[in-house]
Amino acid sequence: MHPAYSVILFTTASGAGYGLLALLGLAGASHGPASSAAFALAASFIALALVTIGLLSSMLHLGRPERAWRAFSQWRSSWLSREGVASVVTYAPALAFAAIWSGVIDAPQLIGPLGIIAAIMCVVTVYCTAKIYSTLPTIRAWAQPLTAPVYLAFSLVTGASLMTAIAAVFNRFQSFQVIVAVAALMLLAVLKFFYWRAIDSAEKTRTIEAATGLGRIGSVTQWELPHTATNFIQKEMGYAVARKHSAALRSFVFLLLALALLAMLASLAAPLIAVLAAVFALAAAVVERWLFFAEAQHVVTLYYGEKRA
Amino acid sequence: MTSLPQPSAKKLGLVIDLDTCVGCQACATSCKEWNTQGYSAPLTDNNPYDADPSGVWLNRVHGYEVKEQGREQSRIVHFPRSCLHCEEPACVTVCPTGASYKRAEDGIVLVNPETCIGCKLCSWACPYGAREYDDSHGVMKKCTLCVDRIYNDHLEPEDRVPACVKACPTGARHFGDLGDPASPVSLLVKEREGYDLLPEMGYKPVNKYLPPRARRDAATTKPIELPKGDGTAFDRLFTWADQVLSRKIIGTRGDDTDYSGKLEG
Repeated sequence: MHPAYSVILFTTASGAGYGLLALLGLAGASHGPASSAAFALAASFIALALVTIGLLSSMLHLGRPERAWRAFSQWRSSWLSREGVASVVTYAPALAFAAIWSGVIDAPQLIGPLGIIAAIMCVVTVYCTAKIYSTLPTIRAWAQPLTAPVYLAFSLVTGASLMTAIAAVFNRFQSFQVIVAVAALMLLAVLKFFYWRAIDSAEKTRTIEAATGLGRIGSVTQWELPHTATNFIQKEMGYAVARKHSAALRSFVFLLLALALLAMLASLAAPLIAVLAAVFALAAAVVERWLFFAEAQHVVTLYYGEKRA
Repeated sequence: MTSLPQPSAKKLGLVIDLDTCVGCQACATSCKEWNTQGYSAPLTDNNPYDADPSGVWLNRVHGYEVKEQGREQSRIVHFPRSCLHCEEPACVTVCPTGASYKRAEDGIVLVNPETCIGCKLCSWACPYGAREYDDSHGVMKKCTLCVDRIYNDHLEPEDRVPACVKACPTGARHFGDLGDPASPVSLLVKEREGYDLLPEMGYKPVNKYLPPRARRDAATTKPIELPKGDGTAFDRLFTWADQVLSRKIIGTRGDDTDYSGKLEG
């Protein structure tokens, strides 16, 4: 699948934003009003900015961005529509929580409920994003049980790393933030390891013979393409560059996650190193997301000469 | 609404005969011609006479080489590929805007070019590559089964068929109601054991493909053996002539003609 930069930016930025927002909501629910208005406003702003940048980026991916509002209508059947609805709905509790938690609006009794509602909506939105991909039977590497857990884990890891980094910058560093981030990093590494093992061992059951139905006569190879220049289907669905480098890039993702983990542990001694951990975690998310698209093979490639999918 | 309607009794679709298709591209070009002025108009044609042409085609004719077991020579099968108007079209249910829909009355799958946002998710959901993105208009295009021909009162009754069907010079494309078991297309599918593409994926395509017929032995290339001589004078004459003509002429230059077809330079 063609790894469109707008979609990579969308899923990683909004994933990190929702992860951060969810953790802030939970922190507010358990600890009450923020100890520093500046920290609370900065953290909430960064979370909502990431979410918004992501959503705007996904709109740029559209052929007709001015019609994007129409995407809120088909939530009964479409995970993309559900994601659109969830992402917009989340703004309400998120903005209210940020205003009250930071003390801009004085209603401390609402911090707990709003924080929990915002956190739940963040999880729902990221889950909807993942379901857009995991419900496509045409792409074996995406239609996996671990696709959604990996999306949620990346959201948690990047969100927790950002929270620790922002807290360090604002002198609000606490060791439990590191514990959350480290636990999330380890969980993510395990999930991603098993995800890659699953897609590597998944049998490619679809063949060019089944796609053309010509297996009833014999074995099939492509003889002639219907066109002389690359068409949309080949550009969008036939992207295969990454499969050549996938082993190296997968190792690179694990390396970045390991560096994030080490930096996170080092922040216990010098809190500002957490900023570096966040950079490593975000870089891992970007490379992983690029691979998620670029490695995935679409079943339509069978009509263009691939033997199995 | 991109939720699917109740399955319609009428299931309009195509039956494509892979035995008689000769790969002439008449269906593809007539499709392009009709649809660049009809429902899907215009069908993008970027740099058509340049080094890097691109554009939207709703019907594309592939060529496959099939190696039959036990036969020396493979055979070429021309394979037109377009929307199959599935009964379970995931391209419709994934659509976030409702621009994609399946018609309740006849099962045709369409895209409303006025409400499509061009997110391309439908093209990801389709296993058959039936949907193409029109980058000049930012919307998705697909086969309409010539919905603007088949119900068109301004056309003569015999012209109320999809443009590809009308254009096919070998009669390899058939149009009709596959929901009616007594319709000519349904009977044809039954008689010729027509099949679905990738049935295990569960999209339940309405369009059917008729498999190429078994090849006759005469069409395969076995070296022709000389008949055994019967010893008559006539036969001895031929044997003598064969020997004379088979004799190598010493000093003849080898044939150095280049048959590779490559152009010089």
